[in-house]
Amino acid sequence: MNDSVNRQEATQASGTSPIVRLAGVNKHFGRLHVMQDIDLSVAQGEVVVIIGASGSGKSTLIRCVNGLEPFQSGRIEVDGKTLLPNGASGKSLQAVRTEVGMVFQQFNLFPHLSIRDNVTLAPRKVRGMTRRQADATADRLLERVGISDQADKHPTQLSGGQQQRVALARALAMEPRLMLFDEPTSALDPEMIGEVLDAMRELVNDGMTMMIVTHEMGFAREVADRVVFVHGGQIVEQGPPDQLFDHPRHERTQAFLSRVLKH
Amino acid sequence: MEFNFQFDWQAAIDSLPFLLKGLPYTLLISFAGLAIGFVIGIVFGLMRIGPSRWIRWPAVVYVEVFRGTPVLVQVLFIFYGLPTLLGGPIDALTAGIAAIALNAGAYISEIVRGGVQSIERGQREAGLSLGLSPPQTFRYVIWPQALRRMIPALGNQGIVSIKDTSLFSVIGVGELVRQGQVYIANTFTALEVYFMIALLYLAITLSLSLALSLLERKGLVG
Repeated sequence: MNDSVNRQEATQASGTSPIVRLAGVNKHFGRLHVMQDIDLSVAQGEVVVIIGASGSGKSTLIRCVNGLEPFQSGRIEVDGKTLLPNGASGKSLQAVRTEVGMVFQQFNLFPHLSIRDNVTLAPRKVRGMTRRQADATADRLLERVGISDQADKHPTQLSGGQQQRVALARALAMEPRLMLFDEPTSALDPEMIGEVLDAMRELVNDGMTMMIVTHEMGFAREVADRVVFVHGGQIVEQGPPDQLFDHPRHERTQAFLSRVLKH
Repeated sequence: MEFNFQFDWQAAIDSLPFLLKGLPYTLLISFAGLAIGFVIGIVFGLMRIGPSRWIRWPAVVYVEVFRGTPVLVQVLFIFYGLPTLLGGPIDALTAGIAAIALNAGAYISEIVRGGVQSIERGQREAGLSLGLSPPQTFRYVIWPQALRRMIPALGNQGIVSIKDTSLFSVIGVGELVRQGQVYIANTFTALEVYFMIALLYLAITLSLSLALSLLERKGLVG
């Protein structure tokens, strides 16, 4: 509650400048041009869902935002810090990462640590929190995602859906200003997708700025402020979900949506 | 054909006090050598996967040289060869420890490299995405998992190196085999004495195996 109020004030203080801005970003994998002159801005509190076929470059796009993927030209600004091409970002790289949380398709929990320690590791080592402070935060976040009774277990003892909710709590423990989701439900059994989407919905309601790569079109339509369709390393079309899903203008978008919405 | 031998248990037991004088040397060379070898292995194993070829290249050379030559030749080189270069003698115990350290270090480098490289890329990405620096990610995320995976291979190397110390009787270190040879020279009880020596090695290596399997089992939970 308090948090979202603060965030609105912060937005006003900083005017309407976007929290994320990609400008002319290009990335090549060998001869493959996986990101072509990408321009994209995300406003504070905005939920942007990125859709597209696999191999379209949508995961690469959000992985550039926290510097997990280097890029060859252009620039990316995140919360006032600038990421530069070819890994020349220097100190701003880690600064960006402490402000940006990420949830991965494969959860990537730390298997050698308890659930609680998974959540407290970064706050203790990066933010310098004491174990007591970090534990309190962790327990609050784990309760919020419905995992509080499992805090002493290890990741492998949890179901996929539970693991992904822990991964969400782990990212939130750093109090990120922006959350990235890279196909957060794609590795889950169907009956566990709902619980992860519920946890994400709650985050949307709290006003978190989010960039989400997903194949869950129903969820995209429901939570997105804007949907971005990516094809062949380019942003082909973007707009509010109703417009993009119901009246796609580009034939690529139409073709993609007719494939994924049919079944 | 007529067999005419008998195993003299009394002779075996009588040799024990003399053989046991060699045990501290065997243990000292083994564990000091392996401890230093572990440090060498971590340094060179990580250099081997370092960011630049100027870091990787020396590690490759080191590993290939010390893995590709016999430990017996290495210890002879250190004990008899190096003094000519250095202009002063090297005592046999130091030479033995150095040979084990350098030899085991080469193998452990490869174990470390394999262990670190076996950790899924997503672990590093998760650590970095949380704002941990690359060294923090290595220390708190990658290394603990890698070390756990390395335990069986490290145990194997430990056993190999412990047995390798038996070769150092040739440079006169008073370890188990050397003690046995001296004892046999006076008593001609080769059968009993080598049998006892084998038992002593087995006792050391089995203890190590047991300790490691306990560590491994504990590691799965903790």
